[in-house]
Amino acid sequence: MGDPMRIRAQVAGANAVVRVLMAHEMESGQRKDSAGKMIPAWHIQDVTATLNGKTVMTAEWGPAVSKNPFLQFTVKGAKAGDKIGISWKDTKGDSRTDEATVS
Amino acid sequence: MQTRRETLHRSAVVASLLAATGLFPQFAWAYNNTAFDAKSVPDVLKALGAGAPVASKDVMIEGPDIAENGAVVPVGASTTLAGPKQILILVEKNPSTLAAVFHVNDSIEPNFKTRVKMGQTSDVYVVAVMADGRALFAKKEIKVTLGGCGG
Repeated sequence: MGDPMRIRAQVAGANAVVRVLMAHEMESGQRKDSAGKMIPAWHIQDVTATLNGKTVMTAEWGPAVSKNPFLQFTVKGAKAGDKIGISWKDTKGDSRTDEATVS
Repeated sequence: MQTRRETLHRSAVVASLLAATGLFPQFAWAYNNTAFDAKSVPDVLKALGAGAPVASKDVMIEGPDIAENGAVVPVGASTTLAGPKQILILVEKNPSTLAAVFHVNDSIEPNFKTRVKMGQTSDVYVVAVMADGRALFAKKEIKVTLGGCGG
């Protein structure tokens, strides 16, 4: 499951800016270990964001997104007190969801 | 009398036909392996069903001129165009050119920031794909002093 994500959602006018820091190795599949074998790719593939339970954003990531991915996006019409949920699913089928409240 | 084998075969055929009709919307967002495996900017866009990319002032890319650490390069992707369907971030010289696809809808602004790995100095593209398949892009060369793919 990994470590919890850090989510900050702040109202900015009629919208909310959401910043997320996820904990994930994001192995690109390009590295070799000390024995010279290629370390297989292992990275987040699907990211979903919800506002009060309704999906507002989906994204697909390749292995080129950095380790411990950072993501910032802006949700329209979000108010203080709304719940932002962020979920990800990776190439191993592992997934995680965390929530935060818009402040 | 229908054997169990025939029944299983028939239902598999029916299931695949149903999936092909697009009646099951969860397949609409299926991870596009072809696009993520593509090795050049035109190949990525072709795999996503977008047209040939056209440079546009309405698509913006933010990023450093020089990235001290190729493993963590902050990139901002946005557009002032109305109604883009997807915003893409591509790193031309990466072994995996397509870094990210963001699906845009009415609930969010077409404005995203993330961090990508860059193996070497390369052009980074932000592409906005419109509903009709038109692809508009902005690009910026980001110099990398220390490559980010571990090589």
